[in-house]
Amino acid sequence: MAAAVPLAVLALLLLGPGGWGYAEPLRDSLREELVITPLPSGDVAATFQFRTRWDSDLLQEEGTDHYFLRYAVLPREVVCTENLTPWKKLLPCSSKAGLSVLLKADRLFHTSYHSQAVHIRPVCRNARCTSVSWELRQTLSVVFDAFVTGQGKKDWSLFRMFSRTLTEPCPLASESRVYVDITSSSQDNETLEVNPPPLTTYQDVILGTRKTYAVYDLLDMAVISSSRNLNIQLKWKRPLENEAPPVPFLHAQRYVSGYGLQKGELSTLLYNTHPYRAFPVLLLDTVPWYLRLYVHTLTITSKGKENKPSYIHYQPAQDRLQPHLLEMLIQLPANSVSKVSIQFERALLKWTEYTPDPNHGFYVSPSVISALVPSMVAAKPVDWEESPLFSSLFPVSDSSSYFVRLYTEPLLVSLPTPDFSMPYNVICLTCTVVAVCYGSFYNLLTRTFHIEEPSTGGLAKRLANLIRRARGVPPL
Amino acid sequence: MGLLSDPVRRRALARLVLRLNAPLCVLSYVAGIAWFLALAFPPLTQRTYMSENAMGSTMVEEQFAGGDRARGFARDFAAHRRKSGALPVAWLERTMRSVGLEVYTQSFSRKLPFPDETHERYVVAGTNVYGILRAPRAASTESLVLTVPCGSDSTNSQAVGLLLALAAHFRGQIYWAKDIIFLVTEHDLLGTEAWLEAYHDTNVTGMQSSPLQGRAGAIQAALALELSSDMVTSLDVAVEGLNGQLPNLDLLNLFQTFCQKGGLLCTLQGKLQPQDWTSADGPLQGLQTLLLMVLQQASGRPHGPHGLFLRYRVEALTLRGINSFRQYKALEGMFRKLNHLLERLHQSFFLYLLAALARFVSIGLYMPAVGFLLLVLGLKALELWMRLHEAGAGPAEVGAASAPGTPLPPAQGVGLASLVAPLLISQAMGVALYTLPVLGQHVATQHFPVAEAEAVVLTLLAIYAAGLALPHSTHRVVSAQAPDRGWMALKLVALIYLALQLACIALTNFSLGFLLAATMVPAAALTEPCGPRPFYAALLVLTSPAATLLGSLFLWRELQEAPLSLAEGWQLFLGALAQGVLEHHTYGALLFPLLALGIYPCWLLFWNVLFWK
Repeated sequence: MAAAVPLAVLALLLLGPGGWGYAEPLRDSLREELVITPLPSGDVAATFQFRTRWDSDLLQEEGTDHYFLRYAVLPREVVCTENLTPWKKLLPCSSKAGLSVLLKADRLFHTSYHSQAVHIRPVCRNARCTSVSWELRQTLSVVFDAFVTGQGKKDWSLFRMFSRTLTEPCPLASESRVYVDITSSSQDNETLEVNPPPLTTYQDVILGTRKTYAVYDLLDMAVISSSRNLNIQLKWKRPLENEAPPVPFLHAQRYVSGYGLQKGELSTLLYNTHPYRAFPVLLLDTVPWYLRLYVHTLTITSKGKENKPSYIHYQPAQDRLQPHLLEMLIQLPANSVSKVSIQFERALLKWTEYTPDPNHGFYVSPSVISALVPSMVAAKPVDWEESPLFSSLFPVSDSSSYFVRLYTEPLLVSLPTPDFSMPYNVICLTCTVVAVCYGSFYNLLTRTFHIEEPSTGGLAKRLANLIRRARGVPPL
Repeated sequence: MGLLSDPVRRRALARLVLRLNAPLCVLSYVAGIAWFLALAFPPLTQRTYMSENAMGSTMVEEQFAGGDRARGFARDFAAHRRKSGALPVAWLERTMRSVGLEVYTQSFSRKLPFPDETHERYVVAGTNVYGILRAPRAASTESLVLTVPCGSDSTNSQAVGLLLALAAHFRGQIYWAKDIIFLVTEHDLLGTEAWLEAYHDTNVTGMQSSPLQGRAGAIQAALALELSSDMVTSLDVAVEGLNGQLPNLDLLNLFQTFCQKGGLLCTLQGKLQPQDWTSADGPLQGLQTLLLMVLQQASGRPHGPHGLFLRYRVEALTLRGINSFRQYKALEGMFRKLNHLLERLHQSFFLYLLAALARFVSIGLYMPAVGFLLLVLGLKALELWMRLHEAGAGPAEVGAASAPGTPLPPAQGVGLASLVAPLLISQAMGVALYTLPVLGQHVATQHFPVAEAEAVVLTLLAIYAAGLALPHSTHRVVSAQAPDRGWMALKLVALIYLALQLACIALTNFSLGFLLAATMVPAAALTEPCGPRPFYAALLVLTSPAATLLGSLFLWRELQEAPLSLAEGWQLFLGALAQGVLEHHTYGALLFPLLALGIYPCWLLFWNVLFWK
């Protein structure tokens, strides 16, 4: 779960590795697979992937216009079964057959991590791209917590995780497979054991390391027919030590520093734990307009020295219209922690702009870090159509590095919030009254008073004065 | 309004204020004190009530039954602690990891401005250990903190045991919506301060610490735990934080709810809770608790690690108590309720006084007490202002209509010029009092046979006392024509200065403002260079800030039913002075600079008035 962010439902138009895909004409074909990765900590990660393709009469227009690429993010989405039900309905076999029988809400929502996604993209059907298929890919990743679901035991089985076993493939599926990561067993035969023993294994380079998977093909009659159901089990042969899990080469952390409701600082820590290789990362930050960024305070330090980004793109925010956009290309030195920090001032919103729960704070979306991380093992370029679906989650650009996109944690920032309650009104009212009283009191206390004799005489006196003025004599 | 715009009636009003000044002042002072004493009685104290909906009715069922496990952890911790002589960091890390937390450590070091003799430390270096329980399927945006401070001895090992047992229990539950940070700090509050500063990536007090590796978003609430032994008696709650800040009343209400639910013996300021509020016994006992709270709040020091969290707008409480199974459940219940929070605690009062756990006085009801006291200063200032004008206008013109408004350029010019010297000198005295003791400690230790801490305290007292000799040197320039005008103008300025300071203090820390007002106001109002000078001098000295501190110490111990002898009181006083200076430097407590730079120079002005020649 290293620095991964549980963005609950992420629906995006995926352009896919290398832009447009190219595929043979396939008609309503379904491929489904489940990858189970037992982690050294005893937790188990399970990733479902379903891919459907169908022909479309929609003609492909020009290529994607990159001027109209949009990036939007909802920093918070509460994960619940309402996210899962409509998602399951998109599957051809719903949850009646195939791998999808394992999707039981009460088990999936007792996990410690949940990520669910829908990707839609057009796929060219021929080399010249005259006709197009649409591809719908649904992924669901969960991490089962050994402490909570396994009651401290690290061994697992499909039944214990999902309270279901696999009985039959989905009749519509052209491919239906379960992969179990047995890398540590292939290196050292004593660590773990899978049951039933796999008929085939598959090797691939994932995130720069070589992985071995046991493959169970549900369409292969031998896998299920022996006992009419398939309940894959894994047993650890040696007890695991309570050690800190291994650290990935690139991870990141983000937080708000400072206190008080006037100013603050957004800090992003970028860790490069590679012992000898530096690599560049692209950091993309969108910050809501109500945090007014002071761009001159942007500092990047690595190993105590200032680190100049080789590229900066900054688009200032416009109040109530558009957030700040900050994109930087930063070189991370080997074995270092780089700190990117920028100060901000918290804006005072108009009172109708506050959310119904203003004291909860306001969310700031995660930074997105994209990088080509050097890999330990050389990977060979793969054919996307032939290799398992999950390998497309870990795109490889060339043999020496692999592509990673990380999302840091979203932030919760409190803004100055008026007390929307009776005392607030009372304070407003009293302040008004005090202001009015103060004005008149001040006026009275500082004014000097002169007593003026009341004018007597009236008309006669005025007439007399007129005559006196005509005569050039001072008036009475 | 007509009263003020009509010069005849205005003059009549002025005469009234002049003639009735003394009775009005006495009345106002008595009213202020009486109002304060009445705060503990029912119409002014109200029952507390839970305002936060998310924590409203008791919806959680506590299941924690790890008392034996906690005791086991505590035994192991104490054994490891004895063996290593310091916080057993490696053991804590291992144990926290084994109960399934994400564990990090933070090392810090701090050289105190001078040796702390109460805690026997000077150069402090330590390590904090904390484990984060990540809430499932959440994005680590919010968190709760359970902290246990460990001092130099192993008194708090029971609390560490409980923290670990609770962590093990909490880890197995799936209902958490906020991350929970389990924090064990070394060198009690210094460790807490180091951790908080590192968590918020600020440096307020010059602490040197390693940056934190793991964070868990915005901290919503925190509980600190101090358990002194394994025998069951009661659970005491401390609310007063740094600079008199208080946590939201709802947090205390939450604690009180669980006290009632579990039938626990809960205390406030070490006092049992009076049941009967209809007769006089309950309110009288409430008054003692209230006075204790006022004294503690006025001291401005954090009464437990929770006090340091309040600066970061993290609502926090310290629970001091003694081991029992049922009390563990109260803790579990409190965390589960806090887990329900949708917003930060904000619904209930932030400014309140407590007469008992379930009785409080809100800000609207206690502010008049200090208002009445400050009115005395206002009335006196008004009287002086009028007398100044009349004196300037000369006896012949007193009755004249133009008296209040007529400008008097020559007389006023002299009055103001003669004020500059005393004002500047007393303010400089304050600056000296603030800076010299710590700066000059090395000089003092070289020339006198004293330790640094003693040197600081003694320099403090010496400068303070030296201030009393000032009047003989300050005013060389006194106008010969109107000898009274000089001291009147000085006293007027001093009164206004004092009133402004006390009003500002009372707004932020009512207790301190009230204590200072109650002691300083009578002397400030009475002081004159004529009349019974020795009496005024004695009164002024008795109500000077240092004497107030000494008196407060005696009153505090008296209320705690542990009266002090004179010698003990003096020792405690010297200790309190050193602690006050230390807390300013280590945690940023504001009492010492406030007294040294604000109140003391102001008091010197009155001393000047008294000895005006």
